[in-house]
Amino acid sequence: MQTHQAKRVEIIIEAPLEHRLTDAIVAAGVTGFTILPVLGGSGRSGQWSRDGQVSLAGGMVAVVCIVRPERVDTLLDAAFKVVERHIGVVSVSDCEVLRAERF
Amino acid sequence: MDAILSVMGQNLLSPIILSFALGLAAALARSSLSVPEAAAKALSIYLLFAIGFKGGASVAAHGLDARLALALVAGIGLSFAIPIVAFTLLRSLTRMSRVDAAAVAGHYGSISIVTFVSATAILTSRAIDYEGYMVAVAAAMEAPAIVAALWLAARGGSGVKMDAELWREVMLNGSIVLLIGAFLIGAVTGERGLAEIESFIVSPFKGVLCLFLLDMGLVAGRGLKQSRGLLSAGAVVFAGLMPMIGAAMALPVALMLGFSAGGTALMMTLAASASYIAVPAAMRVALPEANPSIYLTLSLGVTFPFNLSLGIPLYVAVAGLFAGG
Repeated sequence: MQTHQAKRVEIIIEAPLEHRLTDAIVAAGVTGFTILPVLGGSGRSGQWSRDGQVSLAGGMVAVVCIVRPERVDTLLDAAFKVVERHIGVVSVSDCEVLRAERF
Repeated sequence: MDAILSVMGQNLLSPIILSFALGLAAALARSSLSVPEAAAKALSIYLLFAIGFKGGASVAAHGLDARLALALVAGIGLSFAIPIVAFTLLRSLTRMSRVDAAAVAGHYGSISIVTFVSATAILTSRAIDYEGYMVAVAAAMEAPAIVAALWLAARGGSGVKMDAELWREVMLNGSIVLLIGAFLIGAVTGERGLAEIESFIVSPFKGVLCLFLLDMGLVAGRGLKQSRGLLSAGAVVFAGLMPMIGAAMALPVALMLGFSAGGTALMMTLAASASYIAVPAAMRVALPEANPSIYLTLSLGVTFPFNLSLGIPLYVAVAGLFAGG
C-alpha cells in the first residue's frame, strides 16, 4: 500500500496549558491533533501521578500532531511560544501516513 | 483549655479524620490503594454541589442581611492580606526564592474548600449553627490571593502578568462555578428544594466526605513521600504556623461583623486553609518557575492535615469562647 512521509510531533505539557497550546497550534494553521491523558511519570520536577487528583495542576496531557514535513517548523515555533517556560517534553519523529491529503 | 482539648479529642476519632489518616498511612506504606481521578472528581463535584446548595437554602430560610456584603468584602481583604504576611514569614524562615515564596504565599491566601466542608461537618455534628452565606465568602476568597501572589513575584522583576485568559480561568474555574451555581439554586428553591433532594445531598454527605478525605490522604501521602528532602525545616514550621496566623487575622474581622460562633469558626477556617485546586493551576500558568512540589506539599501534605486534625477543632473552640453567646 502507498504510504507518505510525515512528521509526528508529541508535546507533553502541564494540563492547565492544554487550551493555550491547542489554540496556538490552530492559530498556526494545524487543525488536526489528538489529546491524550497521561497517567503519571517522573522528571526534573519529581514524580507525579494522576491518581486521585482533583486539580488540573497536578496533571499532564499529551498533544499529538501529525503534519507534512514542510509544516513542522511552523508548528514547533507556535508550540514553543507556549511551552518555553513550562514543564514538558517536545519530541518530533518520522512517521508514514496512508492518506496524505488529510495532513 | 479543657473545651479545646475535648473538641480536639472528639475530632481526632471521627470517621472523617480516620479516613484521611487511612489514606495517608496507605500512601506512606506504599499500598496499592488508589482512587481513580474520575472518581475523585465525581466526589468533589458532589461535595461542592451539596455544600453550595445547603448554603443557599439556609440563606433562603433565614433571609439575607447586610453582613453578607460586608463578609464578602472582608473575605476578599483577608485573601489579599494573608499572602503578604505569609510571604514575609517565608522569607524570614526559609531561603526560598522570591518566586517560590510568592507562589506558596498565594496558596495560603486562598482557601481549601474541603477544609471548609470538613469544618461545616464538624459544626453540624456539634449542633452549632453558622451563616449559610459563608459558602459565598469561600468562593470570593479563592482568587484575590492569586493577584497578591503575582504582585509579590512581580516586585522582584520576574515580569509575570495576569492576562485576560488567566483571569477567566481563575474566576470561572469549575469549583467556583459549581459552588456559586449550587448556592444560587439553593437560594432560589429554598427549603422546598432542599426537601426534594435532601436524601441525596444531606444524608450521604458525611460518607462521601470520608471517601474524598481517604483520597486526599492518599494524595497527601504520595506528595510527602515524593518530596522528601525538598522541604526545609523552616518551610514545615511555616506550614504549621501560618494557618494559626491566618485564623488569628480572621477572628477580629468575624467578631466585628457580628458572626455567630459557627460563622466565626468558618471564617477562621477559611483564612487558615491553603488552596490546592485553583491556585496551583493558576501558578502553573502564571509562575511556571515556581516549584509545584514545594507549594503542593506544603498546602496538601502539611497544612491540610494540620487543619483537619488540630486546626478546625481549635478554631471551633476559640470561636465558641469569643463569639459564643
